[in-house]
Amino acid sequence: MTTKTSPMRDMIFFFVFAVAVLTMPVWLAPIGAGYPDLLQKFAIYGLFATGFNLLFGLTGYLSFGHAAFLGVGSYSAVWAFKLLGMNPLPAAIMAVITSGLFALAIGYISLRRSGIYFSILTLAFAQMSYNLAYSVLTPITNGETGLRVLRSDPRLFDSSSAVDGPLIANLFGIEMTGYAGFYFCAVVLLIAFFIAQRIFRSPFGIMLRAVKTNQNRMNYTGLNPRPYTLAAFVISGMYAGLAGALLCITDPLAGAERMQWTASGEVVLMTILGGAGTLLGPIFGAALIKYFENIFSAFNEQTLHEIFGFLPDFLEGPVVSVTGLFVGEGWHLTLGVLFMLIVIFLPGGLMEGFSRIGRLFKRSSGKSGPGSATAPAE
Amino acid sequence: MEILKVSGVNKAFGGLKALNNVNLAVEEGTVHAIIGPNGAGKSTLLNCFVGRLIPDTGTVMFGDTSLIGLKAHKINQAGVSRVFQTPEIFSDLTLLENVMIPTMAKRDGEFALHAFKRLDRDAEIHDKAMHMLEDVGLAEKKDIVAASLSRGDKRRLELAMCLVQDPKLLLLDEPTAGMSRADTNNTIDLLKRIGDRGITKVVIEHDMHVVFSLADKVSVLAQGTVICEGKPQEIKGDPRVQEAYLGGAHL
Repeated sequence: MTTKTSPMRDMIFFFVFAVAVLTMPVWLAPIGAGYPDLLQKFAIYGLFATGFNLLFGLTGYLSFGHAAFLGVGSYSAVWAFKLLGMNPLPAAIMAVITSGLFALAIGYISLRRSGIYFSILTLAFAQMSYNLAYSVLTPITNGETGLRVLRSDPRLFDSSSAVDGPLIANLFGIEMTGYAGFYFCAVVLLIAFFIAQRIFRSPFGIMLRAVKTNQNRMNYTGLNPRPYTLAAFVISGMYAGLAGALLCITDPLAGAERMQWTASGEVVLMTILGGAGTLLGPIFGAALIKYFENIFSAFNEQTLHEIFGFLPDFLEGPVVSVTGLFVGEGWHLTLGVLFMLIVIFLPGGLMEGFSRIGRLFKRSSGKSGPGSATAPAE
Repeated sequence: MEILKVSGVNKAFGGLKALNNVNLAVEEGTVHAIIGPNGAGKSTLLNCFVGRLIPDTGTVMFGDTSLIGLKAHKINQAGVSRVFQTPEIFSDLTLLENVMIPTMAKRDGEFALHAFKRLDRDAEIHDKAMHMLEDVGLAEKKDIVAASLSRGDKRRLELAMCLVQDPKLLLLDEPTAGMSRADTNNTIDLLKRIGDRGITKVVIEHDMHVVFSLADKVSVLAQGTVICEGKPQEIKGDPRVQEAYLGGAHL
């Protein structure tokens, strides 16, 4: 993190990132990830992890309840659809506001403690929200069925334009499905990424890193760490809420399972896998996990037999049955192994891996030409 | 004028009376050393100045403000900086960042939500911090991560972080503890140099060499009470001090 920063470099960095995100349908097609549903997930969970990283990566406060904000964002977005109409913009704004307020309340209480106690408090709040959404709050959340937009809802601004077919979010006539949905999410991700980049470079950002490094010195330097951590918590909750809204914009249905602790854990995995405290890492981590989830879980015995068909029969059988454990339903096993490997060998996540590869190339570039470079594994 | 006035301070931890009716006055612009044997209550006393401990009874006045019950960051904002026994720095950050943070704290107060400003565009903060690093001789290391510094350099950095805030009162808790002789001498030189700025300093120290080369006035603390006070030369010869502090041995 000692690299020199300059506005110019950041602009170039952002520009390259923007181009890469917007051309994802093209360059991800060869590895089978070029379809809109998955691309939407990349963008949405990339946004979620970026926000999580603003808290965890900068201040070191590990929240285990961020899925609560994702859920709150989703419910708010669906309510915005129900009340105001199917335009995604008010839904996104409403989600950011409610999840921000929610984060303010939870953060105010949880941030009285740090370390493991903070994590447990956030986890407890998230599980409370999850259970409330299933039970007491059914009038708001519609319980197990999940909250969806009904034809009978008021939808103030577009109830007149009665549409046939399913209710889909639409931005001034453009339906938020398929590639249109992806590009909407991508643009939101880019805006959010830009803000995150500014926070990283701001005096506020450096104060957050000071919180992580030495709160004692911070106190004796005349700085109050509490409002800093609370602000980071709220901002990161807003990011999560926005991600939740995007989930509903691409598919107008909100369910309580979105708030479960597994979802909270997933964003922690994404951030650590990619590299906590780096700008790009969490996005890589999110993409990697969502890619694995979709690709490996789609494998079955049949595809494995095709892949290992070249082996002699007496080998093929055992190999397929062993690898079969790691795909399909068992893709979590692959994820677990990958996570362990990365945490043990690359504590800085994928970003550390990339920078090591980069250094390797720099060192050997004097000897050998830039041959057919082995691209870093996606 | 007295910048720090401690009167009738008592502090007990359970049955142990750590401070017993301590009275102390620090004159503005002087270097005031507090010495005493292990367990005399030196650090406890210092912790009462910075909000880490609250005395059971007594008052600690900094100018016209009472420091009792104030939070640490409020005390710093009032003009009291502290150097720790083991340097407390932001070890994951670069030296420049380490010094920029207190510079911003001084200018912007205890909390400022400058989330959209670019720090690298803030010439005022940058120049002030750079200037300070030059003053303590760490300018060429400005982009190094603070964790990789030597003990002596960490101390310099911590001092820079305190000095950049132009404190009215600087508290030093054994500033040369665990240092080599060379590092100790460097630190003494540095402290003497910053003496020219007219910052009042309170030094807690074990090392007599440091005390006698820096202090204008010495208070000797033993078993939680100030047993003797005076100029370093007077203290040196005082039999009570030798008894309490050195167990009768001669300096």
